[in-house]
Amino acid sequence: MRQTSRSVLPGFGLSLGITCTYLSLVVLLPLATVFARTSELSGSALWAIVTAPRVMASYRVTFGASLVAALINTVFGLLVAWVLVRYRFPGRRVVDAMVDLPFALPTAVAGIALTTLYASNGWIGGRLDLLGIKVAYTWLGITVALVFIGLPFVVRTVQPVLDDLEVEVEEAAASLGAQRWQTFTRVVFPTIAPALLTGFALAFARAIGEYGSVVFIAGNMPMKTEIVPLLIITKLEQYDYAGATAIAMVMLIVSFGLLLTINLLQWAARRRTAA
Amino acid sequence: MATAALDRAAALAPRAVTRATGESRAVRWTLIAVALGFLAVTLVLPLVLVFTQALAKGLPAYWAAITEPDALSAARLTLLVALIAVPVNVVFGVAAAWCISKFSFPGKNLLITLIDLPFAVSPVISGMIFVLLFGAHGWFGPWLSQHDIKIIFAVPGIVLATMFVTAPFVARELIPLMQEQGCEEEEAAMVLGAGGWQTFFRVTLPNIKWGLLYGLILCNARAMGEFGAVSVVSGHIRGETNTLPLHVEILYNEYAFAASFAVASLLTFLALVTLALKTLVEWQQRRATAGQADIESIPEKPVLSPAKEIAV
Repeated sequence: MRQTSRSVLPGFGLSLGITCTYLSLVVLLPLATVFARTSELSGSALWAIVTAPRVMASYRVTFGASLVAALINTVFGLLVAWVLVRYRFPGRRVVDAMVDLPFALPTAVAGIALTTLYASNGWIGGRLDLLGIKVAYTWLGITVALVFIGLPFVVRTVQPVLDDLEVEVEEAAASLGAQRWQTFTRVVFPTIAPALLTGFALAFARAIGEYGSVVFIAGNMPMKTEIVPLLIITKLEQYDYAGATAIAMVMLIVSFGLLLTINLLQWAARRRTAA
Repeated sequence: MATAALDRAAALAPRAVTRATGESRAVRWTLIAVALGFLAVTLVLPLVLVFTQALAKGLPAYWAAITEPDALSAARLTLLVALIAVPVNVVFGVAAAWCISKFSFPGKNLLITLIDLPFAVSPVISGMIFVLLFGAHGWFGPWLSQHDIKIIFAVPGIVLATMFVTAPFVARELIPLMQEQGCEEEEAAMVLGAGGWQTFFRVTLPNIKWGLLYGLILCNARAMGEFGAVSVVSGHIRGETNTLPLHVEILYNEYAFAASFAVASLLTFLALVTLALKTLVEWQQRRATAGQADIESIPEKPVLSPAKEIAV
């Protein structure tokens, strides 16, 4: 394909060498230790660690809260993307830039800010407290933090697809007698659905590994509000390396599975637009 | 902008047209209000809270919190880590983008996926793997302690964890950009007698400068703000292995809320500067591509793929 360029442009060996060396030393070899370390355990010991009651409870907390947060992000992310692409209002550009705040803000800062906001004496927490709703140091608090960090993923995946959507298709639907809502559900939604699904998967993938923004607001009660990343840290601090690596391996397998799914989704979406 | 044109047409045309491809005024403003309300609660309120809490005890207390020795040493360490991790990342990112975009070789797609890998790994696990390697009970632990080298609970560990976490940033930004640009310009330069480095600095670099800057800004924000991975390898030794985000955590856990938010406000300020620069670069980049499209009548394509946003 690029036979000619291969012979003309220099630096292939050097650049590939730098890339592979750096990637191997900094990323691949360190990651491989997780799998090497767990292989030191027998199958039954490994199974006992990763299915212990406290670990199972932390999976429920992490995956449950991540799922709910990703769903909330999907709904509001679509709404925000729609409003930013379709409508013109004062301050739209500033709002557009602000959507990336969770990407740029260090997670620890987000964590302490959200905790203070939702604590029972906080600006929002105080009001909810009157209604008998506790957010900080509960499962709800974890979800709030995960909504914060996941929002940009959905908005930024849906936004370009909405932007590319041709108005002619909607006009055709309207001229054929479709109501506006019908046009949305039958014409617009199917087109943006793959992007929406990708955004959901990205937000979910980010949420299950999240630590900094969650750890302050979670309360960290074993069996109740303890997330998997915190459990890994706890085991490391107790020098229980085998336990920490075994749980980490489960999380890595889930994460890589999600990464693969996301890549397949994007590949499928690209193929659909190309066809 | 197609939508702007549409709005204008809608304003001129009879009502039926307005209803066909846009929403009624009431629906439109309700949707805008709900979206902005949601963003105000989730994004703006935490931001306002950081600065209010930071200044809760007045300016002198704020100044004292950010100039006390521990805060200053945390700031120094954060800068040091970024000063090492970001340039290394730039070299890696440019090298990776160069070999992936300018040559074809087997396993290229696998390489792209592997570069993305750190995005899929939880920050906690990113720190843990270095403890497994270099910690007291790690593989190289005994050898390191014999030779009196400290990596975990010391600065090298923090740098390594940051390098792992930020590895994809610049590469992720440059690969799609350089793939789209192809290699005709570089080939022309070579044919005209330019050397390899001359071609790179005179032809490639000007073409990718905005993308590179974009990746660099995002990489820097992550390097300075990383918490989970650094927290695992740092050991939280005050004045020695504390970065700014870790210092925020320590103060917060000691119930020194105002001081904690004061330090946090510095990081928040950094985040806002990052967002402003990012928006500026995106704008420049769009202008650059638009200009190119006019000259070469290439259909305008979005330079930045949505997938790059995983980066942050």
